[in-house]
Amino acid sequence: MKALSQRRRHPFAGVALLLLGLLITGGLYAAATTINEAQASSTEDYSSADVDEGERLFVANCATCHGINAEGTDNGPSLVGVGAASVDFQVGTGRMPMQMHGPQAQKKPPQFNDEQTMQLAAYVASLGAGPAVPDDEYLDVDQGDPARGGELFRINCAMCHNAAAAGGALTEGKFAPSLHGVEERHIYEAMTTGPQNMPVFSDANIPPEDKQDIIAFLKTYESQGTPGGFSLGSLGPVSEGLFLWTGGIAVIIASMVWLTSRSS
Amino acid sequence: MSTHTSESPGAVAEEHRPATRTGRIADYVDQRVGGTSIVREFGRKIFPDHWTFMFGELALYSFLILILSGTFLTFWFDPSMSSTTYDGSYAPLQGVEMSVAYATALDLSFDVRGGLFMRQLHHWAALLFVAAMAIHMLRVFFTGAFRKPRELNWVVGCSLLILGMGAGFTGYSLPDEVLSGNGLRIIDGMIKALPVVGSYISFFLFGGEFPGNEVIPRLYALHIMVIPALILVLIAIHLFMVVIHKHTQYPGPGRTETNVVGYPVGPVYAAKAGGFFFIVFGILAGISGTFQINALWNYGPYDPSPVQAGAQPDWYIGPFEGVLRLMPGYLGDFSLEWLLPMPWGANNLALPVLIPMIPVAVMFLGLFIWPWVEAWITGDKREHHVLDRPRNVPTRTAVGSAVATFYCIMWGMGANDLIATHFQLSLNDITYWSRVLIFVGPVIAYIVTKRVCLALQRKDREIVLHGNEAGVIEVLPHGEFREKHSRLNDYELYTLVAFESPEPSGPVPNAKGKVTRTEKMRASLNRWFFEDRVAPVSREEYLEALSHDHHEPHDAGIEASASQGQVGARHH
Repeated sequence: MKALSQRRRHPFAGVALLLLGLLITGGLYAAATTINEAQASSTEDYSSADVDEGERLFVANCATCHGINAEGTDNGPSLVGVGAASVDFQVGTGRMPMQMHGPQAQKKPPQFNDEQTMQLAAYVASLGAGPAVPDDEYLDVDQGDPARGGELFRINCAMCHNAAAAGGALTEGKFAPSLHGVEERHIYEAMTTGPQNMPVFSDANIPPEDKQDIIAFLKTYESQGTPGGFSLGSLGPVSEGLFLWTGGIAVIIASMVWLTSRSS
Repeated sequence: MSTHTSESPGAVAEEHRPATRTGRIADYVDQRVGGTSIVREFGRKIFPDHWTFMFGELALYSFLILILSGTFLTFWFDPSMSSTTYDGSYAPLQGVEMSVAYATALDLSFDVRGGLFMRQLHHWAALLFVAAMAIHMLRVFFTGAFRKPRELNWVVGCSLLILGMGAGFTGYSLPDEVLSGNGLRIIDGMIKALPVVGSYISFFLFGGEFPGNEVIPRLYALHIMVIPALILVLIAIHLFMVVIHKHTQYPGPGRTETNVVGYPVGPVYAAKAGGFFFIVFGILAGISGTFQINALWNYGPYDPSPVQAGAQPDWYIGPFEGVLRLMPGYLGDFSLEWLLPMPWGANNLALPVLIPMIPVAVMFLGLFIWPWVEAWITGDKREHHVLDRPRNVPTRTAVGSAVATFYCIMWGMGANDLIATHFQLSLNDITYWSRVLIFVGPVIAYIVTKRVCLALQRKDREIVLHGNEAGVIEVLPHGEFREKHSRLNDYELYTLVAFESPEPSGPVPNAKGKVTRTEKMRASLNRWFFEDRVAPVSREEYLEALSHDHHEPHDAGIEASASQGQVGARHH
C-alpha cells in the first residue's frame, strides 16, 4: 500500500497532471473554436490575384486606420482573423471605410463594387482564419421556418433591434440599426462576426439553420407589410402617442373651432 | 313648481286633442313619460360656445366609442392564460405555443372580419380618451373653473383621469404578449418596492409568483366591468353637477356671475353636440383605418425572459416609466437598495423604484386638493362662474406650467431611447441632463410663465390706455413723426379691464384676536400668490389717458371724446 501511494505521489505527478489539464482544456478550446468557425474561411476560394489586388486596395484605402499590415492602430482594430464575412459586411454595407469617427460606423452607400469587396475580403481572409462569407444554401429564405425564426429573433435579437426589427438605442450614442431592407447575406454575416457593438452569434450559439430561420422571419415580416395600415415606424406606443397628440388632436381641434365658429 | 308640473299633464290631456296620428302617439308617450317637462327643463339649458369647452365632450364621446368597440372585442377575446398552439392565419406565429388570450387577440386581428379595425379603433379611442381628459383638465385648471362651487366636480374629474389611466393600463395588459407582459412586470416591480407589504400584495394580485396564471382574467374583470362601471357612475355625477352648477363662461361684455350667455341645448346645441359625436367617430375611424396601433403580432407570446427595444407604455403611463428611467440606482458608490432587518428576516427596500413614485404621488395628490389649497391661500370663498384669463392669475398659471413641465420631462424620459436614436444623441447624456432638468426645468418654467403673464397684462393695460398700434406713421405739420393708435371699442375694452387683481392681504387675527402660525403661513403664501401684480386699468386712469388724447390731433380727439361719452354713460 505504502509503495503504491508513494508511486502515486511521484515528484512529477503534479507536473503531469498540470500538463494533462492544459492539454484537455487546450484541446477543448481548440475544438470549440473550430466549431465556432465551422465556416472558417479558407483562402482557397480566392485566387492569389484576388488577394494581391485586395492588398493593394487595402493599403490605399484602409491602412491609415488599420495599419499597413492590418495589424491595427490606435484608430482601428487589427483585422487579423476577422474573416472574409466581416469585410463583406462592413465594406458591403458601406460602413467601411468609415466616414468619420463616432460612436459607431454609419451605414452609407458602398464605396467599393462587389469585385473590389471580394478582393478586400480575400486579402483579410488570407491574414488568418475567420468567419467566411456564408454559402448561398443558408441564405435561401424559402427553406427557412419563419415561425421558428421569429421565436429565435425575439429571444436573441429583439432586445436591441426591436420586436419589429425597427432598431433601438444602446448606450452613449450607439444603436442597433433597423433591419429592414438589409440583404440576407449581411444579416448572416452580422450574426457570425458581431459588427460594431453587436455580440457574435457563433454557429455553436445559433447554428446556420437557425440563422436561416431568423433571416426567413425577417424577410417574411418585411414582405408581409403592415396589416393595420401605416406603421408609424413600428416604434411602438411612443410614435402612436406622438401621432395622436399632434395629428389626431390637431384635426379634432380644427373641427371644434369650425363647429363653434358657426353661431347656429 | 313641482305641484304645477304634476298637475299639468292631466290638465293638458283634458283640453288638448292632437289632430294628427303622430301627434296622438307623441301625446300618449308624453303623458306616460313626461318628456315635455324634461325637454322644457333640459332643452333650455344654456351652454356657452367656445372650442375649448368641447374637450370634456370629446372625452365623453371617446368613452362611448370605447364601449361600442370594446363590446365588439369581448365577443371574440378570451382572457385565458391556458396554453394553446396558434393555428390562425398569421404565418410567422403558426405553431407557436402561446396563451389563449394572445391567440384570440391574434384571431381578432387576422381572422375576425373587421376585428383588426375594431381593435385599432378601441386602442386609438383609448389614447384619445385620456388625452381629451388631460386637455380638459388643463383648460379647467388654467381658467380657474375648479373654484367654488365646482371643487367637488374637479375631484370627480381627477378620479375619472385616474380611472381612465387604470382602464387603459388594464386593457394594454390583456393581449398577453411580450410588450404588455413587460408593462405588468414594471407594475409588479413597483408593488414589490413597497416596503414590507409589497411582496404580499404582488403575490395576492398575481395569485402567486409573477406572472402566474391568474392575472389576465383578473385584469379582464377590472377592465370590462369594474372600471367602466365606475367611470360611468362618475361621468353621470360629473354631468349632473355640470347641469346643477351651469356652465362657466369666459369674461366678456354681458357675461356675469349670475347669467350664462350661449345657446340652449335644443335645438342648436344638441345638434352641434350630436354632430360633434359623429365628427369624433369619423376622425377616430379614419385614423384606425389608416394607422396601425399596437401591432401585437410583432411582440410574440409573453415570456418573462426577453425585453424588446422600444418597449414603452401607452402615453399616459409614460411619465411613470420615465421617472423610473430617470432615477439612478447608485449615488456615487452608495447603493440605493437596502435590506431592512425584520423579525421574520430581511425585507428588501428598493429605493430606486420607491423614491420616483413619491413626486408622482405628490403631484396627483396636489391635483386633487388644489381647489382648496388655492382658496385657502387667496381667502376667496365666493362663487365663480366667469372664468379667469390665465394671464390674469399669474401665480396659478405659473404653478400649473411648472407642474406641466415636471410632467413633460418625466414623459419625455419615458421615450429617451427613441429620442437618442432619432436625434442621434447619447442615451446617457439625455438621462444625465434630464436629472438636472427635472429639478431646474419647473423653476425656469415657473419664472418664465409668471413673467410672460405679467408682461401680457402690462400689454393689455397699454392697449386699454393707448389703443392698438395702427401701423400708420403720421407726419404732423410741425414735422413730428408718430404712430397712429386706434382705440378699442367698448366690447374689447370690457374683456381687458374686467378682472380682479387683489393685493396681498395680511394675516387676519382669529376670534380670540390672535394671529396663529397657520394664519401667518397663509399670509405669506398669500403674499407669494399676489405680490407680483398688474392692476386692471381703473376708470380714472382710463379717463386720464383719454384727456391726453385731447391734446393730440384733430381726428383722434373726436374719436376719444366720443368714447369718453360712452364710458361716462355706462358708469353713471
